[in-house]
Amino acid sequence: MSDVVTALNGASWDAGIARVEGVPLQGMITLRGDFGSKALQAAAEAAAGVSFPDVRSAQCNGDSGLCWMSPDELLVLCPYAEVEAKVSALSDALKDSHFLAANVSDARASFRVSGPHARDVMAKLCPVDVSPAAFGPGDFRRSRMAQVPAAFWMCDSDTFQIICFRSQAQYVFDLLKVAAQPGSEIN
Amino acid sequence: MLMLTCPVCGATAEETEFHAGGEAHLKREGPGSDDAAFEEYLFMRENPKGVHLERWRHVYGCGKWFHAARCTTTLEVFGTYSAQVLEPPQEIKDKISAKRPGWSWRNYS
Ligand SMILES: [Zn+2]
Repeated sequence: MSDVVTALNGASWDAGIARVEGVPLQGMITLRGDFGSKALQAAAEAAAGVSFPDVRSAQCNGDSGLCWMSPDELLVLCPYAEVEAKVSALSDALKDSHFLAANVSDARASFRVSGPHARDVMAKLCPVDVSPAAFGPGDFRRSRMAQVPAAFWMCDSDTFQIICFRSQAQYVFDLLKVAAQPGSEIN
Repeated sequence: MLMLTCPVCGATAEETEFHAGGEAHLKREGPGSDDAAFEEYLFMRENPKGVHLERWRHVYGCGKWFHAARCTTTLEVFGTYSAQVLEPPQEIKDKISAKRPGWSWRNYS
């Protein structure tokens, strides 16, 4: 049996204006269906143990959570070891409706950017207003980082968590390092 | 800079978060249409200096299609609206009229 590792196997970087680190293995489930359905809402809430998120919001609690991806798509976060059980539970709960529950944990990479200048780093890479007045903990945004798609939210007022495609993990890590290079604070 | 607000998810961003989908409100001509109508549908596009109606997709965001009414000279956006309509809603036409009195675009004014 192969050892399961994250895309960059725990890479981290501390030499710039913010800390950049790979997030340990994270369970991720794409859940699509009718958001108006009480059964879907209940199944999602049961899977993550948090309440159903508003538009462009994330409800996160440690490595569990629900992220609003589109009007018919949620990203369900859960501990990596529980992801298959969660997919089974979602599939059982929704079996009479039109839905999709897919384990995408190994198709994604996740990073954290933290520190007092974390917002500077994100502002350089995304066409998004990440000023404290416009974006804070609880908000969730899908956008692009330079040339690739990414989604992110804030774990606290100084920490962003980013999800991108696993095949683009090295590119995103390198982007973050360049955007966080020493002396590049936005004043 | 062209700034758009997706009417589906409410996110505002500059145009690189979106993808342009060409002219809005085309009527599809299929089998049985005459040659002139099919040519018009396939090839003939508006290229206005001023008010334009377009389709856009929030490609890096929620992934959904929508419509935008904007000015091609100033990049001012008069409004964005649902993809599930066949013509611009009155509310959008009123917003354009407030900024560009006397405007017209194809059959709309
Ligand atoms: Zn959108």
